[in-house]
Amino acid sequence: MNDMTPTREQREAALEGMGCKRKRVEDIRFTQGKGQYVDDLKLPGMVFGDFVRSSHAHAKITKIDASEALKLPGVIAVLTAEDLKGVNLAWMPTLAGDVQMVLADGKVLYQNQEVAFVVAENRYIADDAIQLVEVEYEELPVLTDPFKSMDPDAPVLRPDLDGKTEGAHGPRKHHNHIFTWEVGDREETDKAFEEADVTIKELISYHRTHPSPLETCQCVASMDKIKGELTVWGTFQAPHVIRTVASLLSTIPEQKIHVIAPDIGGGFGNKVGAYPGYICAIVASIVTGVPVKWVEDRMENLSTTSFARDYHMTAEIAAKNDGTVTGLKVHVLADHGGFDACADPSKWPAGFFNIVTGSYDFPAAHLEVDGVYTNKAPGGVAYRCSFRVTEAAYCIERAMDILAQKLDMDPADLRMKNFVKSEQFPYHSALGWEYDSGDYHTAMRKAMDTIGYRELRAEQKAKQEAFKRGETREIMGIGVSFFTEIVGAGPSKNCDILGVAMFDSAEIRVHPTGSVISRMGTKSQGQGHETTWAQIIATEIGIPAADIMVEEGNTDTAPYGLGTYGSRSTPVAGAAIALASRKIRNKAQMIAAHMLEVSEYDLEWDVDGFQVKGNPQARKSMKEIAWAAYHAPPPGMEPGLEAVSYYDPPNMTYPFGAYLCVMDIDVDTGVAKTRRFYALDDCGTRINPMIIEGQVHGGLTEAFAIAMGQEIRYDEMGNVLGASFMDFFLPTAVETPHWETDFTVTPSPHHPIGAKGVGESPNVGGVPAFSNAVNDAFKFLGSTHIQMPHDAWRIWQAAKDLGAHG
Amino acid sequence: MICDSKTDAIRARQSAVRVDLRAVCASSLECAPHPSAPFVNVNCPAVLRLDTTLPAEGEPLSWFGTLGIRSFCGRQREEKDVIPGAFTYHRPSSVAEAVAILVSHGDEARPLSGGHSLIPMMKLRMAAPEHLVDLGGIADLKGITDDGSTITIRAMTTQHELIASDLLAQKLPIIRETALLIADPQIRYVGTLGGNVANGDPGNDMPALMQCLDAAYVLTGPDGERDVPARDFYEAAYFTALAPEEILTAVKIPVPPAGHGYAYEKLKRKVGDYATAAAAVVLTLDGGTVTFCSIALTNVSDTPLYAKEAGEILTGSTLDTATVARAVAAAEAITEPASDGRGPAEYRTKMAGVMLQKALSRAATRAAS
Ligand SMILES: Cc1cc2nc3c(=O)[nH]c(=O)nc-3n(C[C@H](O)[C@H](O)[C@H](O)COP(=O)(O)OP(=O)(O)OC[C@H]3O[C@@H](n4cnc5c(N)ncnc54)[C@H](O)[C@@H]3O)c2cc1C
Repeated sequence: MNDMTPTREQREAALEGMGCKRKRVEDIRFTQGKGQYVDDLKLPGMVFGDFVRSSHAHAKITKIDASEALKLPGVIAVLTAEDLKGVNLAWMPTLAGDVQMVLADGKVLYQNQEVAFVVAENRYIADDAIQLVEVEYEELPVLTDPFKSMDPDAPVLRPDLDGKTEGAHGPRKHHNHIFTWEVGDREETDKAFEEADVTIKELISYHRTHPSPLETCQCVASMDKIKGELTVWGTFQAPHVIRTVASLLSTIPEQKIHVIAPDIGGGFGNKVGAYPGYICAIVASIVTGVPVKWVEDRMENLSTTSFARDYHMTAEIAAKNDGTVTGLKVHVLADHGGFDACADPSKWPAGFFNIVTGSYDFPAAHLEVDGVYTNKAPGGVAYRCSFRVTEAAYCIERAMDILAQKLDMDPADLRMKNFVKSEQFPYHSALGWEYDSGDYHTAMRKAMDTIGYRELRAEQKAKQEAFKRGETREIMGIGVSFFTEIVGAGPSKNCDILGVAMFDSAEIRVHPTGSVISRMGTKSQGQGHETTWAQIIATEIGIPAADIMVEEGNTDTAPYGLGTYGSRSTPVAGAAIALASRKIRNKAQMIAAHMLEVSEYDLEWDVDGFQVKGNPQARKSMKEIAWAAYHAPPPGMEPGLEAVSYYDPPNMTYPFGAYLCVMDIDVDTGVAKTRRFYALDDCGTRINPMIIEGQVHGGLTEAFAIAMGQEIRYDEMGNVLGASFMDFFLPTAVETPHWETDFTVTPSPHHPIGAKGVGESPNVGGVPAFSNAVNDAFKFLGSTHIQMPHDAWRIWQAAKDLGAHG
Repeated sequence: MICDSKTDAIRARQSAVRVDLRAVCASSLECAPHPSAPFVNVNCPAVLRLDTTLPAEGEPLSWFGTLGIRSFCGRQREEKDVIPGAFTYHRPSSVAEAVAILVSHGDEARPLSGGHSLIPMMKLRMAAPEHLVDLGGIADLKGITDDGSTITIRAMTTQHELIASDLLAQKLPIIRETALLIADPQIRYVGTLGGNVANGDPGNDMPALMQCLDAAYVLTGPDGERDVPARDFYEAAYFTALAPEEILTAVKIPVPPAGHGYAYEKLKRKVGDYATAAAAVVLTLDGGTVTFCSIALTNVSDTPLYAKEAGEILTGSTLDTATVARAVAAAEAITEPASDGRGPAEYRTKMAGVMLQKALSRAATRAAS
């Protein structure tokens, strides 16, 4: 070898494959404001649609008169439910097995519900026209408290379900009841409680919030009446599913529908579902024959499309005196709003909430979830978490702290005592999951050592004494959170959406010159797929990531997939990418053997090509092999070098992590300052450490926001409060704490590259860390549980109620 | 008649009230419009449900809240908006010309300064002026001057210019301290002092500060100029002494004595938020004894509050704990905050007290004794 020959390390580095902190290729356009979003799209003749919305939370509609609006020059149409009935679209099915009004059909069930769709030449005229549409309401009693939903005299929200005693998920007990979902062994669990030394019980509420991506939901629908083809550009986290749904609803054949998701400005679960705006834009384009754009404004986004959480969880733990947990009982009252439009896999009305046993070895557990209707917006999406996993993590992590308090044990020690042990994996939880891998003790120990946990506890103790002596008005909290997620939905044996199994896909084509185009069924909304997918392929087939183009979001070109949410892209599509790559490598091996005139068994893979075993000078690079694939493939072999893989995962993946939060609270103002936040994540194999760090920073910032104030509130009249960024807490860089990140690596044994998914862990683990810190601070004053969100006034209120204001 | 009003003074000006009422949501916006693209979507603050029962006469207009305003007096509102209605844009080059436009259009015209309260309101169609009179072309409305005893700040001086002024930093440093707590740099580059004090939103920070400093506003109308003390200017949320055909042309501030102590303490939820409560303090000390003390509070009533009694209690004291507690109690007693996303009324009253206490102790450490 001469000096010019790159070393193995140099060749490896040139690939920028897995493990490399490759810079995000998409950022070149994003940081220059050159992304192409739906609202950037301007088509000739395009018109605009906008909604007349209900000011009432619950009312009958006695009249809709659009005649004045239609007189306004530039107004093209005003659609109402009556018009949609003509095409059988006044109602649409939800992912959760319910039906939902597209436009108000005789009544409204929540404030800001869509009542009529005004189509006009431009946005200004549409807005002027909205004010001219006259709607007459007859008010009905409003139900906003889910605890009153099933009162005998509670108002009937859904007359359309009158007499329906059987819902999509079993029997309905009341006119406002949606479903009961039960998992686990009730008897065993009751027994554990009877035999327990100690038990705790607490109502732990996780308030209603919203994913609030900076780009709101929007679409452009364009019907070509000559070809009979419909094109929809939209903010879709799952474009293929949207196409299937559009075809089923509109009866336009699926191949004649083109769904394109261009750049998306954040999704966080908000852009999984199908919304009235999409349906109305499509119908309006079919009616008018011109492209119709619909763009939500911020208020509409926060108050109508997809809230998250609103789970009221009563948790009970049974334990021995030494802290060993013996049983877990959880009842959830789930507030679903006016329609059950949760975006969960079809058979999972409460998502994967049965991960609520968390990281602990509960021998017995029982879970029951009741879903109810209220006069609030529908949704219940997985806001940066796998389905209902963050609710579950919050529930168990708060409950473990409360148990520690009752036992007078340190919360970290209690967790250590009850962790599933590394030798127990694959671990079968009492509520039915098979955890793939984990090493909880190592992660927790590393976290505690790094942050100096015992010293912090000593400092806290000293501060508490000082507070009692009146020397300071500041108290200190240490929040401990150890979460186990369940992501990567999912195996066809338990996961489907409207009957489509939740696989995902990849298609990879190597060109003659050795460059690659690859397409996936997922859709990035900021996760950096264009960067990381190329890294997986680079490592697997030895072509530099820089030569690999990744494309997603166009249903005409991408293979069918179920989209990006629930941290499923890496566990599912990531596996498909690795497996498609391996098909290519297998074929490349045969081609290389032919070129080198050896048996393929005499070859071994070496970074970016094949070499003859024992004779590394005899080698063919992937670039040479690619050329040969098109130029002179082995006799009898199909030319070309491409592969497709559809991956049905054998199991979910179970990322985990240890988060610690140190907080200082001024009891006189209720202002809480996060002094330190340490996040250790184990997401298995790490594809791009820099992207992981970015995802963790983003998710922790959302967790901080949710725990410390971000909320969609309603008053008793059903008015939605704070649906703007003035009140809805979206922290800026100034408020956001400094994040310390760390990791351990426990690969998933069943995933082709051992990766587990990380995008959502920080939101799941972060919320309990913040909330536990606040709660931990107040423990010494006799508090057991303070409900979220912990904004300043509520913390002040808690301090006052505990007598801390003297 | 669309709304009951708080005082006779307001009732006497029904027509002006009608215009102002369309603007109750003034600062309830969530993001600032970019100055070069004034009509991008600004998103609505809160869902507006307008069939709220009107307050009885004499009852505070507390439901106006500020910024968190969710109720709107008047007919039921069925629409939501993020796009302004149509209007005619004027850009006069002198105050006289601007006043003439206001006179000829009456209620239908509104002055436009930085637009960082007005344009968001228009996008929400809380304000729908048919004529916008942009004051940005009037050279006379810029600049800060000092005649020794009074500093005059012309209305179109931006909040950023207040921060950058050496004269203010030296003689009225509390203005800089307060301006730095307004919104964020982008807004401060465009938002003006005149707009901030004329707006009438109790959430604005400058009005209470101007009351603390005993400033006077120069109002120019068809009949010439008149001076109105800041302490008399505010009548209720968005109701001020300004007549529809008048322009606020300048703010005159008496220069406090050298060596005075000062502080503006503001509690807010995040950058860009209006105050949960804030307190402005200016005081002088002589051998540890307070010789002068002026206090005003932001966003704890439907107007800024000049806390006269609290200041008087402290004058002559050594800022001992008991006297401070009495002054704080007196200040808290005059508050009448709205309950909103920042917290319930009780909390905001208490925070006014806490902010005052902090401001007093910081002002005292800054004062030459
Ligand atoms: C996100 C955000 C956060 C903010 N936070 C704060 C904050 O924390 N504290 C704070 O104090 N302010 C805050 N503001 C408001 C900001 O300071 C505005 O700039 C200010 O309130 C109004 O000044 P302007 O020059 O923009 O006036 P404009 O918006 O142009 O006018 C406001 C009102 O005053 C009238 N007006 C304006 N100038 C005159 C004049 N010379 N004579 C008579 N009438 C006049 C207008 O007709 C209008 O009714 C915030 C604004 C935004 C967008």
